[in-house]
Amino acid sequence: MTPEIRLAQAPAHARHGSNIGQPLTRREGVLKVKGEARFAADNHPPGMLHAVLAVSQIARGRVNFLDIQAAKGHPGVVEVMTPANRPPLAEDPDAKTNPFMFRLDLLQNDQVRYANQPIAVVIAETLEAATEGAALLSPRYDVLPARVGLDSGESFVPPAVGVGNPSEMRRGDVEAGLSAASKRIDATYETPAQYHNAMEPHAIVAAWDGDKLSIDTPSQGLAIAQGRLAGLFGISPDKIHIRSPFLGGGFGSKGLMSGPQVLGILAARLVGKPVKLVLRREHMYGPVGHRSASRQRLRIGLDGDGLLTAIDHHARIASSSFDDFFEPAADASHTLYASPAIATSHDAVRVDAGTPLFMRAPGEATGSIALESAIDEAAWACGIDPLTFRIKNYAEVEPISGKPFSSKALRQCYAQGAERFGWARRPLEPRQMRDGAGLLVGWGMGTATFPALMFAAEARAALRGDGSGLMEIGAHDMGQGAWTALGQIAADSLGLDVDRVEFRSGTSDLPDAGIAGGSAHTATAGMAIHNAGAAVIAKLADLATGDERSSLFGAGNAGVTARDGRLFRRDDESRSESYVDILKRAGLAQIEASGKGAADPAAQSTYAMHAHGAVFAEVKVDPDLGQIRVTRMVGAFATGRIINPRMVQSQIFGGMIWGMSFALHEKAIIDHRSGRILNANLAEYYVPVNADVPPMEALMIDEYDPHVNALGIKGVGEIGVTGSAGAVANAVWHATGIRVRRFPIGIDDLVTAG
Amino acid sequence: MKNFEYVRPASVSDAVAAAAVPGSAYLASGTNLLDLMKGGISRPDRLVDVTRLPGLDRIEHLADGGIRIGALVRNADLAHDPDFAKSCPAVAEALLSGASPQLRNAATVGGNLLQRTRCGYFYDTASACNKREPGTGCDARHGENRLHAVLGWSEACIATHPSDFCVPLVALDAVVEIEGRAGRREIALEALYRLPGDTPERENVLEPGDLIVALRLPPAVRTFSAHARYLKVRERTSYAFAMISAAAGLRIEAGKIRDARLALGGVAAKPWRARPAEDILAGASADAATFRRAAEAALADAKPSGDNLFKIELAKRIIVRALTLAAVGTPARMSALPGSPFASVSGVLHDA
Repeated sequence: MTPEIRLAQAPAHARHGSNIGQPLTRREGVLKVKGEARFAADNHPPGMLHAVLAVSQIARGRVNFLDIQAAKGHPGVVEVMTPANRPPLAEDPDAKTNPFMFRLDLLQNDQVRYANQPIAVVIAETLEAATEGAALLSPRYDVLPARVGLDSGESFVPPAVGVGNPSEMRRGDVEAGLSAASKRIDATYETPAQYHNAMEPHAIVAAWDGDKLSIDTPSQGLAIAQGRLAGLFGISPDKIHIRSPFLGGGFGSKGLMSGPQVLGILAARLVGKPVKLVLRREHMYGPVGHRSASRQRLRIGLDGDGLLTAIDHHARIASSSFDDFFEPAADASHTLYASPAIATSHDAVRVDAGTPLFMRAPGEATGSIALESAIDEAAWACGIDPLTFRIKNYAEVEPISGKPFSSKALRQCYAQGAERFGWARRPLEPRQMRDGAGLLVGWGMGTATFPALMFAAEARAALRGDGSGLMEIGAHDMGQGAWTALGQIAADSLGLDVDRVEFRSGTSDLPDAGIAGGSAHTATAGMAIHNAGAAVIAKLADLATGDERSSLFGAGNAGVTARDGRLFRRDDESRSESYVDILKRAGLAQIEASGKGAADPAAQSTYAMHAHGAVFAEVKVDPDLGQIRVTRMVGAFATGRIINPRMVQSQIFGGMIWGMSFALHEKAIIDHRSGRILNANLAEYYVPVNADVPPMEALMIDEYDPHVNALGIKGVGEIGVTGSAGAVANAVWHATGIRVRRFPIGIDDLVTAG
Repeated sequence: MKNFEYVRPASVSDAVAAAAVPGSAYLASGTNLLDLMKGGISRPDRLVDVTRLPGLDRIEHLADGGIRIGALVRNADLAHDPDFAKSCPAVAEALLSGASPQLRNAATVGGNLLQRTRCGYFYDTASACNKREPGTGCDARHGENRLHAVLGWSEACIATHPSDFCVPLVALDAVVEIEGRAGRREIALEALYRLPGDTPERENVLEPGDLIVALRLPPAVRTFSAHARYLKVRERTSYAFAMISAAAGLRIEAGKIRDARLALGGVAAKPWRARPAEDILAGASADAATFRRAAEAALADAKPSGDNLFKIELAKRIIVRALTLAAVGTPARMSALPGSPFASVSGVLHDA
């Protein structure tokens, strides 16, 4: 059996001198626990003023009056920024020069296109005064009827979904596969709009010095943010300095600079003083992205042996009235199950809401809960255990493309997850298990998958005369542990212990680390670091092997290895020299080199690259009252090389909890007439609390992948959501015999049906 | 935030005088009021901080067997008072099922009685709400109203009262002592609240300046303490208001129910005392058929106010379960999940 990496045992990848694979705790953990980690809103430069957004109360129309006099008359209010006096921008915020430049609401006019859209900014000496000033604006509107929900208008086929994926894909003849099938599933699933709700709301502290801009703001993509701001303000990117050492969660909503953040910068420009702007919780339900609602129809054909003959997955999604982001929900059916015919398609409507954007596993999570529910329904229709059914229909090559997988240890995930969970004891029929208190018990499972992506990054490495190392990269720690995991990669790349490497990160003047999204940050930034370290070690090796005075002289052909601050002759480990001695003799205080990380196009065109996992969930349901509680979850994940098993476990747990939340908790309650969100707060927008989180296990299945990148990293940030949501939903069915196809599953679904 | 005057009177009579001025509001721990102020739902001109008033933070066991609880006793302190929890186990269970430990440590008895509805339209100042702004209409009536009232509602308002604490209190005939401009008076807690009718903004019978100084439970509460439960159903295991809750107290002698107390939460603008159900229970045998009959009687007048028909059947089932649990008997120790249908699942006892 493949060894697993668990915190309690020695990591499988550990070897002498290795930092990668060690379950180090967060290096900034003590700072955070003591409240000393400085988040964006903790910064208070001298003379700073406070800005508060006034947001639209209607979803569509125009603002025809703001009581600016009343706001300005309030003691402490310094200025009110409206379309009339907003400082000019060099670029139209409604311009879209590439598909991933999203339109921003920066007071360009009086139009309102969603509820909670910023319509003015009040700047004051105190937060309280700015808040009251915003309230005193008492806006009046010309109101147009709001378009709400997935049936609110003419549907259309979007030109692309997700990140440039075709909105329709097919392989084989689905209709033929369905008509040849001996059994068919035809089921429609609905998922609601969801909002990111990071603990830290978007915040910015902005200060101008002439045409130089200094800002503190959380960002998952420093270089992209810098570029966007440079365009908007018509200044060179190097005039913009962004500090983002810590994010209090991002989940995609801090991937791109949002409108409110730019408004904070504009406010600082207007008043000529530093300004701080922090979103109120309810302001996060509009201008900073969300996950679109979906309605997904799955048609599945099955032959007499329980083999798939066709999968047809259609998703209806929504985008805003003014921009294009289309949740690629149906694409979830591309990669998991072997079917001779697969078709996926999307159509969309435009609603009066803020533009939906990337939210943890965008498309993958939404599609996964529908696909995994449908697969469960298919297994039941065939009378086959859901795990057996999935293994029967196991994809040996990527079904939609026919490409081989770069690696795929999903079978081991199924086997080890099932064993740990005790799946073999599961009765096939639903509503068969009860606990001692009479509660219904159900077991469900789902397959997890997420693509192994890479973007582009750069890093700069240095070795210093005292033998220590330096690694610089503008990477992003959203709470996932980048300071720690990337520091471990840096240490290995330099042949030093992690404590001997100064790791600089989180600011925009450092090399571009790419975006921390797509679960690709560790791979992308990690490869840049790996290559920068290798490059500086190569320089050091040249110094040594080319110098007659070095014991490594002439080792150029044999090569050297770097370890513990020394270079060793590869074919004779008795010959070595310390970094300190090599640099001293060369008279160098420091040597430097850079490296890049990027996907290998050749490997990408040859292989399908995905992480996989299997999630098993137990729920208990009160048979009369319909209240549901997840009581146990086991996930087994094959995600390539594990840099830090402690951080990975935390990411996986977070994802699994999010999946449970998807199935049972999260939902924006939107008034169907006004388009206003009625639960824009953490009391009524439910996410799981501690009492909802069951005992959890995350098994990390060892997986070697020589193709994804030299480090073998696939990424773990989002995969945990997929599979988990369906596993919980399927467990509810197994407990009750009631198949709920509208999420989150509510008490009314079970009480009414029961 | 709107600027307001902050006063901290030294005596109850000073407090009453200060709060009688129009635009005033009492501030205790502010667990509800401060949120309402931040959201612009409440905009008082003056806050009268009563937290330093002397003598309101005691739990007294009265000579007649009753219990008197000062208005400033914290929820957590009351729930964990051993004598109180023994006498009024359903009240302790209700308190511990509510909010979070942090909020229970702060929230006061008096404040809890006066907490406002969680109706999303009440909180959303852009929506029409007769309770918040009389005469503007009720956007909840034809809006998103899955969780709204099924009893006692009117076309003007379909909001529910969110409290857990008040549900067993109303069942157990709790009385509130009120200090007002005309001196002290007392009224039954159940009579403190008003149904919405045409004036949903008038949620209770308090007059300007009226200060709840104490809550009293009659000696009879002890006759139910062996068979008293609180049950709360919701869509998250903790930190969620009740979708529906029930408090049940039974006095069982020789296998027969001699006396019963039953109230529901989350179904109406006030904690809903179910007297028709109590009448059926009294003298009947404690079995499933009796409980179902009682539940039917309790909900006889119920009607959906929107997309919430399911709440009527759910309320009946919750009543049956609460009565069943009460008949089994009050557990010797508080569960790890007070009030939860999952209370019996975990072997872990409440350690807070």
